[in-house]
Parts: sequence; C-alpha cells; structure tokens
Amino acid sequence: MSHFSPTAAVSYFFNYFLMKGVLVTIGLTVAAVVGGLILGMGIALLRMSSNPVLAGAARFYIWFFRGTPLLIQLVVIYSGLPQLGIKFSVITCALVGLILNEAAYLAEIVRSGFMAVSAGQREAAWALSLSPWITFRRVTLPQAFRLMIPPLGNSINSLLKATSLASVISVEELMRRSDMLMQEHFQILEVYAAATAYYLILTSVWDAVQRRLEKHFGRSSAAKTRRVAASAPVAQASVEARA
Amino acid sequence: MSERSMARAEGATVQPQLRGVPAVRMEAVYKHYGDFTALNEVDLKVAKGEKIVVCGPSGSGKSTLIRCINHIEKHDEGLIYVNGVELDHQRKNIDAVRRDTGMVFQSFNLFPHMTVLENCTLAPMTANGMSEAGAKDLAMHFLTKVRIPDQAAKFPGQLSGGQQQRVAIARALCMRPKIMLFDEPTSALDPEMVKEVLETMKKLAEEGMTMLCVTHEMGFAREVADRIVFMNEGKVVEQAAPEEFFKHPRSERARTFLDQIIH
Repeated sequence: MSHFSPTAAVSYFFNYFLMKGVLVTIGLTVAAVVGGLILGMGIALLRMSSNPVLAGAARFYIWFFRGTPLLIQLVVIYSGLPQLGIKFSVITCALVGLILNEAAYLAEIVRSGFMAVSAGQREAAWALSLSPWITFRRVTLPQAFRLMIPPLGNSINSLLKATSLASVISVEELMRRSDMLMQEHFQILEVYAAATAYYLILTSVWDAVQRRLEKHFGRSSAAKTRRVAASAPVAQASVEARA
Repeated sequence: MSERSMARAEGATVQPQLRGVPAVRMEAVYKHYGDFTALNEVDLKVAKGEKIVVCGPSGSGKSTLIRCINHIEKHDEGLIYVNGVELDHQRKNIDAVRRDTGMVFQSFNLFPHMTVLENCTLAPMTANGMSEAGAKDLAMHFLTKVRIPDQAAKFPGQLSGGQQQRVAIARALCMRPKIMLFDEPTSALDPEMVKEVLETMKKLAEEGMTMLCVTHEMGFAREVADRIVFMNEGKVVEQAAPEEFFKHPRSERARTFLDQIIH
C-alpha cells in the first residue's frame, strides 16, 4: 500500500482541528517574541551595566539558557517543577519556557545592536543636551533596532519552528495536532505534508514582513552602509543553532 | 572682509578681560587614561568672544582639552568653569554647561536615521521644549546661514562630507550656544571640502562667537584666531597671538611642529 493521496493532504490542510493548531503556534510565537523582547531587553541592559554583579547575573542567565536544550527546559518546567510544588497550566509552562529561552538569544542580539552604535552618536546627543531618555529613545534605540532586525528575524524564524517542541508537553499546537491526526488516521505523509505547508507559509510570511521592516528602517543611505559594516558580528551571534 | 574688521574693532573697544566672567577657565586640570596623562596641569582662560585655536602634535591632548569643556570627557583633577558654572560632575551643572556650549566633531556625528531638518530640530524640541513649527523655523534659519537650506529633507548619508559638517554646525547653533567647540572639524574631509567648512566657521567668528578650535589649518588660525594655544604631551606649552606664534615660536617643540606642518 505504497501510496500518497494528494486529496487527503489537501483535506488535512483545510482541517479545522489542524487550523486551530496553527493559531496556537502563531499565538505562542507572538507571545514568546513579545515576552522575550521585553525580558531580553532588560537582560541586555543588565549585561551592559557597569555593576559587575548585575552584568555577571545577566551573563549567567544567557550562558544557562543558550547552553541547554529548549526541550529540557520545557520538560523541567512542566514535569520537574511540580515536584517542588510549583505548578502551571500547560500553556503557561510552554510560554514560560519559550520566553525564558528566547530572552537569552534576544538579549545578545539587543546588546550587540547597541554596541554597534558608535560612541560618537551618544557624544553628539550629550553635546546637544539631550536627556538620557531622549538619547536612548531617539538616537541609540532606532539605530540599534535597525542593526537588530536581520538577526532578530533569524531568531524569530527559529522560534516559530521551536514552538513545535511544546507538543512534547502536550500543548495542542500545529505539531501536536498533526500527531493526533496522524495517530487517528495513519496517513503519515499526508498529515505532515499539510503541517509542513503551514510552517513554510508562516516562515515565508515572516520573511516578507522582515524584508519590509528592513526596508522601512534602512531608509537613509548612510545607515545602510553602516549596517553592512556592523551587522556581520551581530548576525553571527544569532545564527548559532537552537536546541 | 570689512564686516570682519568691524567685528574686530568692536571687540577692541571693550577689553575681553573686562567683560566679566571668562567663557572658560581651567585651573590645574588633569586627565588620565590608565598610565597615560592626557592633560597635565592645564591652565587656560578664554574671554567671551575670543577665538582660540588649539594645535599640537597628535596625542598632545588637544581633543581631550576641548572635550573636557563640555564634560564629554570627565577631568580627574583641577577646576573647570564655563561661563562661571563649575563643572564639578554634578548633573545639573553639566547640563547647564552643555546648554551653553555647542560642539562639532571630526566625524560629524549626525544622526543617520534622521533627515537634516530632524537633526536640527530634535534638541530644540526635546531639550528646550520648542514647538515643532518654531524649531523648524530656527533650523531653516541656521541651515540658510550655513548655505544648505535646500538639503533639509535629505538624510546625512546623501550629503558630501563638507555639507554634513555644515549641517553639524547648524545643528549645534540651533541650541543657541554661547561657546562653540570644534574638534578637528576639517580633518575627515576631502581637501576640496575643507574651504566651505572653514568659511562657515569664519562667518561665525565674525559674528562674535566664542570659539575653541582644534585644527591643523594654520591659514585659518592665522586669519581668525585671537590666540594660539600650543600643546605637547598634555601640557599647554605656549600661548600667543598668531603673528607672534608663527614668526617667533618660543619653545623648541613648537618650532619643530611648525617646521613639519608648514612646508
């Protein structure tokens, strides 16, 4: 019975049950990016602080979460923490794990973005008596952000696919629901073809969004040349494989 | 030229020293970078309206000297007063001093993600609370003055180096500083663009702006400076009117320096 049914694959693609899984995948990704960016920004600030204790704590955090597999982190949060009396709902476990993990990657991206903004920019802002907040908000942040977009895009692409690991702790996202359909009907290739198509669509849409963002924030030509020069180490830092 | 001599004549009627508080007063200022002494017991007094050119070999502390005046660089010892305000590392005093001083950098340091106009209006709007319309008028006034009002909507990266530096001058002027600090403003420029920037600076000098300028442009120094401050190894070695400095440098070090830069 070696046979692949395209019509079955198409019908799985339009399967309502699977579509709801896609929505969960999108939701997990968006929440992890937002949470990860907020937490990652804070960790990056600590990492850049002149206080050695704070900088050390941030360094430890990044070392720990980038140095262990996301899968272990999720399983420990879901199955391990209840042993200590700490219990969350399944979806909270997935979100906590994804956010903690993503924050470690994003912190490094944020930090390298800020480091790539030349000291002269800050000096010019000081010389113009801009307040520290305005200097951050209007001078360093927009320039750092532009430098962050390419590695940020890579990281979000990885994250989107990494959400599939949440299936292991029974979050019913796209991967988990594909498994469930597969176990029910045993049409392995058909089900995963539909799931694969969804992942490709999601990553392609994100690619397009990223290109738009890059174009939008790279308007000035000077900025473009600076980005080419500055983004090489940034991109390198983020391409490291995610567990 | 006649405008310039008038400005000179006006200055001559009131002795700069008698105009009250000096624009800048430095007393026994030291600045160290690790083991390196960038400023070594520097004393300097600049009267209001005075134009000072600071020169000397590289690494002599010229840039550090003027960067200490607006606290971009923090001096380690000694006293610095700017328009009577002591730079004592207190936020409020640093802020007061920075409001009185404008700075132009060797590498322009324009904000690359903002248009020329936005570069000029940012500080007036956010630090001085000006309205957008008011800040735009002000910016256009100074952009006209540096002769590039037609570039207002462009981004810095679309301009030549000389144009960028003139924007940087306009941007600093928009904060209505009383003292202008120039840190090698023409060193990063292609030779054919040096003149337009120097012309802009001359115009500013004619209007009576107090100026401290680190530069190797000895023609500019001869023409514009009231006084030349020659530095070497973190010390002010010699101070004199340009005529005197160029014709009769007193120190051996100044003589060799002049021999090297004037061919």
